[in-house]
Amino acid sequence: MTHRADIVIGGVRVAVTTTSPTFLHLLQDRYAGFMQAPAPPDFELGIDLVAAAENAPDEDVRVYRDAGLWRIERGDFRAHLDPLTGRGRVRQSENPYSIDTVLRIVHTLALAREGGFLMHAASALRGGRAFLFAGVSGAGKTTLSRLAPADALLLSDEISYLRRAGAGYHAFGTPFAGEIARAGENVHAPLEAIYLLAKGPRNVVEAVPAAQAARELLASVLFFAEDAGLVRAVFEAALDLAERVPVRRLTFVPDARVWDQIGRQERAA
Amino acid sequence: MSDLYVARARNVAARMIGGEMMIMSGRDSSLFSLNATASILWEAADGVTPLAQIVEGRIVGAFDIDRESALKDAEEVVRGLADHGILRLSETPIDP
Repeated sequence: MTHRADIVIGGVRVAVTTTSPTFLHLLQDRYAGFMQAPAPPDFELGIDLVAAAENAPDEDVRVYRDAGLWRIERGDFRAHLDPLTGRGRVRQSENPYSIDTVLRIVHTLALAREGGFLMHAASALRGGRAFLFAGVSGAGKTTLSRLAPADALLLSDEISYLRRAGAGYHAFGTPFAGEIARAGENVHAPLEAIYLLAKGPRNVVEAVPAAQAARELLASVLFFAEDAGLVRAVFEAALDLAERVPVRRLTFVPDARVWDQIGRQERAA
Repeated sequence: MSDLYVARARNVAARMIGGEMMIMSGRDSSLFSLNATASILWEAADGVTPLAQIVEGRIVGAFDIDRESALKDAEEVVRGLADHGILRLSETPIDP
């Protein structure tokens, strides 16, 4: 018997099918809050479970085109996806990490075609508006997420999801969690501003020139594909983002007052 | 006159943002920011105008520099960009 889990992130529906009830329960547990009743999917991934001996998740993932298919490979899994039909298969052991990586990559491929992307950034929704916090490891994404006030909904502490919406962008919650190990809220809102994070001796917000913003945003975009056309699309999309959304540098002291600073900044903007 | 011709590589994305020309290589996703002189050379790199003519017409007057020094600097710049795969160089005109 084939079981199916419809995982809907950012409005993109991926139907994952498996013959293993155990793996189905694993999916239902990991993506709780992002599961929906079956409907026509954007992508369909069939899972072929193998013994765990093939696991090597520390290797770099490779994404490339071969004979019209996307090939997505790492030591712990091999997957392919037909971009025309949206159908593919994943060969992996019964673990949540392999399918999680495949899902992230499928979303990056889907978003690249429409000017959106996944970013290595935290994001939160407050007062009906979304804010994104980007930075290298250690810059403060997790810290800022932990300090979020009660009236802020965390969209992700690690992987943020942006889609074009009219002249701007919407930020969506994702189940892709970082150190907090808690899925984001499955909500979305217009993206109001992007903060490039740095820890420092006091809370300071500064405007970032567009070219510098574009450079830093490009460094935060999750994109793996060895494909010149998609590289160009991601480049254009990141520069669009830098031009359309205010980008500010937030140097902050790691305590709750940083959110007061953000609030003051946004009221003044 | 130098017989060097320059053309933009096909496999790159380029855009001016905030007054700065940014270029990304489609080959390996390397990102480049060009200074003012390099931006002029990039924009003029049509494959059919000799580098010497580009320098004479667009660099010498704009930067108050003698023609010989400007051409030497320009050749250095375009060879560097070619090494990174974002410009093509030839001693004959290049099909764009």
